Formats: sequence, structure tokens, C-alpha cells
Amino acid sequence: MYRYDTYDQQMVDTRVAEFRDQVARRLAGKITEDQFKPLRLMNGLYLQLHAYMLRVAIPYGTLDSRQMHALADIADKYDRGYGHFTTRQNIQYNWIKLAEAPDILADLAAVEMHAIQTSGNCIRNISSDHFAGAAADEVVDPRPYAELLRQWSSFHPEFTALPRKFKIAVIASETDRAAMKLHDIGIRMVRNDAGEIGAQFWVGGGMGRTPMIAPCINEFVPVDSLVTYCEAALRVYNRHGRRDNKYKARIKILVHELGADEYRRQVEEEFAHLQAQGIEPPLAELERISAFFADPPFEKDLPRGVDRSDPDFALWVDTNTVPHKVPGYVAAVISLKPVGGIPGDATSDQMRLMADLARAYSFDEMRVTHTQNIALPHVRQADLYTLWKKLDEAGLGTANLDQAGDIIACPGLDYCSLANARSIPVAQKLSERLAPNAAELGELKIKISGCINACGHHHAGHIGILGVDRKGTENYQLLLGGSEAEDTSLAKIVGPGFDEAGIVDAVETATGVYLAQRTKGERFLDTYRRIGIEPFKEALYG
Amino acid sequence: MADVLRFRDDDPVDHPAVTVDSYIQQANSAAVRVEPGDDARALIPYLDGLRLIEVNFPAFTDGRGYSAARVLREAGYQGELRAVGDVLVDQLFALRRCGFDAFEPDRPLDPADAQAALARWDHVYQPAADDRAPIWALRHPVTHG
Ligand code: SF4
Repeated sequence: MYRYDTYDQQMVDTRVAEFRDQVARRLAGKITEDQFKPLRLMNGLYLQLHAYMLRVAIPYGTLDSRQMHALADIADKYDRGYGHFTTRQNIQYNWIKLAEAPDILADLAAVEMHAIQTSGNCIRNISSDHFAGAAADEVVDPRPYAELLRQWSSFHPEFTALPRKFKIAVIASETDRAAMKLHDIGIRMVRNDAGEIGAQFWVGGGMGRTPMIAPCINEFVPVDSLVTYCEAALRVYNRHGRRDNKYKARIKILVHELGADEYRRQVEEEFAHLQAQGIEPPLAELERISAFFADPPFEKDLPRGVDRSDPDFALWVDTNTVPHKVPGYVAAVISLKPVGGIPGDATSDQMRLMADLARAYSFDEMRVTHTQNIALPHVRQADLYTLWKKLDEAGLGTANLDQAGDIIACPGLDYCSLANARSIPVAQKLSERLAPNAAELGELKIKISGCINACGHHHAGHIGILGVDRKGTENYQLLLGGSEAEDTSLAKIVGPGFDEAGIVDAVETATGVYLAQRTKGERFLDTYRRIGIEPFKEALYG
Repeated sequence: MADVLRFRDDDPVDHPAVTVDSYIQQANSAAVRVEPGDDARALIPYLDGLRLIEVNFPAFTDGRGYSAARVLREAGYQGELRAVGDVLVDQLFALRRCGFDAFEPDRPLDPADAQAALARWDHVYQPAADDRAPIWALRHPVTHG
């Protein structure tokens, strides 16, 4: 794991002092709320329906037990004893007092954490593959590149007032576990024919009200130009991105309006110019960072397999663990989606337990997944039974990874001031309704957003649900056929919306169509892609 | 001119700035004003004749002027680069890093707050238009042998 040196530590400490001063000037009336808003956003503070929400950065989703303990302590000390893990691998607290926010940032800085640029019109916290360093199919660990970009983008003086927010994801596998093509910049680290590492740039993806899949802008940016190329891509956006309409201000609109070729041409021109400016860190810096991500001391020749005599355990192993690059290990995913629960929420006690288990069984490392779960990346198969027992006792042993119960849901109208409808109760009811059939339904990704901003990734759900406002009542549209994986696709609206009870029935009806029509080995998404939307329409509205 | 915060020793230009369009048509001024929608690169052929470039920030949330400043400094402009308009204490540091060496805010800034904001950061992560060495350069000093 990356560790701060004195410079990194000084940067977050300075940031705490700066924000403390800004809050004091705000409370003293020296700055207006309009002037203060971008400042607090760049420190992760949103004003929600009932209180401030604080979003804490978990860079590329990686954290250790000391950090998770600190997150649990913050939940107890400043919030209501729980936190919410997000689709961008961060954590949010929902009941924060402005005057206490600087103290929280100071507590975070004490464990090498921060809330820098977790909101606002700037480069956001950088996300990555939650199985980085564990996945058998990765070309290289993507996190050193993400960390290099974290430092480059932190307090970047030119990009503090972009047209809109800017999200970057870095992966290094063919399999996409980070929805890379749905980011403002998606980077996939690749190896060329000469065996050199480089970065493939996909620019202009995103969800929101105009969902778009990013086109490839450059097949191979040499690794010694990664930062310079990013700076070029951002500068073109900062200079030419639309500022006349907030809904057209994301880079996806610029790339779409210019066309990928013209955008590429402008970036290449800026890149050629910037290459002479000496902004690229030396490769020695990348090497310094990479050393922090060396493999932990994996044991060789471990026994493989598990004792499957406990059927509940066997089910959890089959569902929630994935193969590891080292034989005898697996990556185990702790589901934060108990049946009927709030997706992504964890209590402070659960956080502490996960931290302790990570220290005991996963080389002191955890990952926040973009599906709002917690992964333990390196667990010996021999330890799995003990691990699962302890998780199960704490209500964390649900076996539903990537299944119907593993729902992504945004905070919705329960917290969010932009919401049209509640997301959480729909997720809870669906999870209860589909639980008896979940194993039968297999891989089924359900994603729920409470408004068109799409924080719940409904466009990318095999089944997506979008909350809308219909004449003052909450109404839900059903979408089918999205995917955020390497076969990225955008879901389509099936037809007229439903009320809360109706949408739960509608989803069940759609799964019924799948069960009736599937051929052997087909997932819901495969069946949908083969038979099209009509049979679903027929069943829902016919 | 009383409220200009200036980090230069030379005498300020004593006449008002003209628009980029009129300057390009008739380069008879030493001062020009860049609006957010202007292409700062259009001035590059004329930089030798300019002593003051004002970059206007009608709203502090419109960050195009940050790029304009860097573009001009990267092109070798040595004259005064002044941020005017909705310029606030908490933007000063980033503006300074992008190459601005003068500020003419619409509303006066508290001098103590401004000074604190400009002095706050001992280190920076990335090179920009100022002469600060980024942290990576401090971590990997180049040894001249
Ligand atoms: S999708 Fe809408 S309702 Fe949900 S969190 Fe985002 S802005 Fe709020």
C-alpha cells in the first residue's frame, strides 16, 4: 500500500489548516455561501436535505485496517454510527456539522486520508480495479499509475474551476471491473508488441442525463508521458468545454460535439506543446510509488480448495470469492447488501470487524468495490471458513455477489436534495422479493438512481431503475440491457413508469421472462441481448 | 489603480487595456484584456509588444482564465499578467501558480487573508507557471556531476 512521506503528509495537513481557516471565515461572514460552496465541495462537503454530507476519498479504493478503524471512529464521533460506501469507492457520512468538518479532516489526515476533491468541478478521486494486485488477468498493477495521477491532480492550479466534475478510472485488465468507459477519462494500462507498458485513453464517457460510452482517443500513450497526456486532455476541456449549460458541461458533450477525431487532434497538438514544458515526473517517481504496491509475502505451495461440508459456507465461497493470481489464495468480497438492507451501508462495528479480519487474513488490506461492497484481496483458502464464520455472525456473510440482491442504489430522496424519488426503499423491497430466486437468477446487476443524474448507474444495469417525478409523485422507469463491464452498453427504457409497488412487480416480471426464455448458461443480459426488448414489453404491458 | 495587488517591480502600464479583437486589428496598445471566450493563443505573435495582459474573471467559477495564463507564460510572455474581476482570496494561490503576478479584484480583499492564502503552501505536487519545484523534483534531485 502507498504510504505518505513527509511531503504527502504536509500537503494534507496544510489542507486541513486551509479548510479550517476557510470555515472560520465563512462562519465569520467574510465569505458568502456562493463563494464558500466550491471550497467546501473541494473538501468533500455537500449540503443535503437534512444536513451536510462528507465524502471521504479512498484513493483507488484501497485502505488498511488502521484507516478503516479511523473511518469507524469518525462514524461514531461525528455521525450516527454508520457510513455509506459509494460507487466511486469512497465513503460518505450523512449527518455532519459544518463546524466539525475541519476536525474530521484532521482525524483523516492522521491516518493518511483526506476528502480532497471528492466533489466540485475538479478532478475527482481516482478509481481503479478493486482486484488490483490480486487479479490473474492484469497486465500490471494499475494503482501506481492511479497514485501518480492522484498527486498530479491534487490542488492542480489550472484545473480547480473546470466546467464540471471530472472522473478518472485506471484499470489494467481486459476485464473491466471499474466501469472504465463510463468515466470522463478511462485509462487502461496495456503492453505493446515491444513489451512496453503504456496507457490506452478512453475519453468522454459518462452517465448522467446524457449517457455515453467513451471513444478511444489514444491506443498507446507511453508511460513516461502519462501525466503530460492527461494535462493536455484536461487543458483542451478546460478551454473549450461548454460553460453555458450545466447539463452540457461534461467532457462527453465536448468530445461528442467536436467528434472524437477533432478532440484527439486538439489533444495531440496540446500534448506536443506540453512535452516541452517539463511537467512529467521522472520514471524514478513511478518506480518509487510502484515499490509500495509490491506483492505482499504470499506463501508458496499452499493447499488448494476448501472443505465444502457446510452448505451455507460452500454457497458463499462459490458466490463471493474469485480466483487469485497466486494458487491457494482468493479474493473474498464482503457483501454490504444483506437481504432488505441499505446497499453500501456499514455500521462502525462492522467496519471495525472488517478491518480486524483484513489484518488477520488479507495482509491488512481492503478494497471498496464500485458495487458498494468491501473486498479482501488476498485470503488463503485455508482461512476462508473461519473468516466466513466471523462475517456471518456480524451479518456480513450474505452470499449474493453480482446477483439480484447485490443492488447498487444512490442515496435518493432519503438524503439527496436533487432526488425525484427514493432509491433505498425500492432496493430493500426488491432485494427481499428476489431473494428466494436469487441463486436461480444468477448474475443480475440491478442499479437504481433517484434522479436523472444517475449516481446509481441505472444506465449500466442489466436492470436499471430511474426515479422520476410524475405530477408530484414518485415514479420509476424500468430500463433493460445495460452493462458497465468490458462489454459496456447502455440500458433502454422499456415503457411507461411504475409506482413503488409496481416497479418491484415489474422487475420480478422481467426476471420471469428471462427464466422462461433463457438457454443453457445464459445470464439475464445475454438473454436480453438475444431476444430483444419486445418479449419484456409484452409481459409488462401486453 | 489603488486596489491592485502587484508582484512586480516595473511601472504599471498607464492606459486602459483594449479587447483582443481590436488589439489584433491594430496593435497600438501595450495592454490587452482577455475575456473567458477569447483564445489566448491569438496573442502569441504579439507578446513582445505587450506589457500588460489582463485576464477577466466575470465569475470566479469560470476557470478558463487559468489556462489562458499558463498558455501565455508558456509562450514566453514576461509582462504583467493581471487577473481582474471576481477574484477572491481563495483563488489567489492557484492563480499565482498559473502565472498571474497582479490582481485587481472587483471587491477589495482583506490584506491579511490574502497574504495568508498566498503563503500557505510550502510545497506543490505539479510544476506550473511559477518557479516552484514540484514534490517529485524534491524527491528525486537531479545531481549534476
Ligand atoms: S442520482 Fe440523483 S437522487 Fe441519486 S444521489 Fe445522484 S443526484 Fe441524488
